[in-house]
Amino acid sequence: MAVRLRHRALARWRPGREIGEAIMISGLGAAFFYLFAFVAVGSAFMVIAARNPVHSVLYLILTFFNAAALFLLTGAEFLAMILLVVYVGAVAVLFLFVVMMLDVDFASMKRGALEYAPIGAVVGIILAAELLIVLAGAAFDVEKPAQTALPAPNPVVRHNTAALGDILYTDYIFFFQIAGIVLLVAMIGAIVLTLRPQRAGVKRQNMSQQVARTPETAIDVVDVETGKGI
Amino acid sequence: MSSTSRPAREFDHMTITISHYLTVSALLFVIGVFGIFLNRKNVIVILMSVELILLAVNLNFVAFSAHLEDLVGQVFALFVLTVAAAEAAIGLAILVVFYRNRGSIAVEDVSMMKG
Repeated sequence: MAVRLRHRALARWRPGREIGEAIMISGLGAAFFYLFAFVAVGSAFMVIAARNPVHSVLYLILTFFNAAALFLLTGAEFLAMILLVVYVGAVAVLFLFVVMMLDVDFASMKRGALEYAPIGAVVGIILAAELLIVLAGAAFDVEKPAQTALPAPNPVVRHNTAALGDILYTDYIFFFQIAGIVLLVAMIGAIVLTLRPQRAGVKRQNMSQQVARTPETAIDVVDVETGKGI
Repeated sequence: MSSTSRPAREFDHMTITISHYLTVSALLFVIGVFGIFLNRKNVIVILMSVELILLAVNLNFVAFSAHLEDLVGQVFALFVLTVAAAEAAIGLAILVVFYRNRGSIAVEDVSMMKG
């Protein structure tokens, strides 16, 4: 007996609402939040601080794993899995591939890297301070709108992936198609950019020639007389 | 039933609000910006920093989506993810072509157009 309910018809799900209005996670989940958040921030710092770019990519993968865990804690299960599949499975591996393919002396690049570190640190600290004063301040409060645009259904009835599919293929179908076109353009662009022009003297497969072969052009029927070679 | 759903009493005083998520996201964003300053010569690490910045943006979208109980944030994060993947593919393709032509990926060598 499958429960088939449209997301709009469902009652609004209120996580943790019995404790406080603004609390998203509490209990053991909160401890895990701190674990994942600290590992994510620490490994993100190692991405930019590591001497070896291969290590940078590996730390980037660790950051993505922890960000996916943070997504899971909010209930965004589909996005967490997509983050792993797309970022760790495709983008990070692409980075790793390029880092290993290019024969670059990365050590010489690190020389003089601290030249701009002071101004970068000043900009970063000011930016971080401003953001944290606003976001983590006591006065920060997100006012909820009276009417939610697309309310999230109760995950017991309609899980996150199905709920996302419900709106992605109905209300957001054009955006979805455009996202597909963006990926197609990116794919074609990457292929066109990296395709080498053919070098002379290299034997290559000519598919149209192969397909155009007929028995008349391909086979020579020879009547061999007895006792003589061809 | 209530004791099984919340087994760890010592964690009960910890609560996570949207401010916590926004703080993590802000830190990731600032680390990404700082990475662009710190690795001015290495385009690969700059691209990774851009990925970190986009990840921070996605974290913001998802946090607000959970806070407002509104799925639009997650849908938009999905599109940000798409664009980030396309950007990484094109960026790395340009990087490979540039390395093939110049034999270097240092940012200061990118001066063929005399800009």
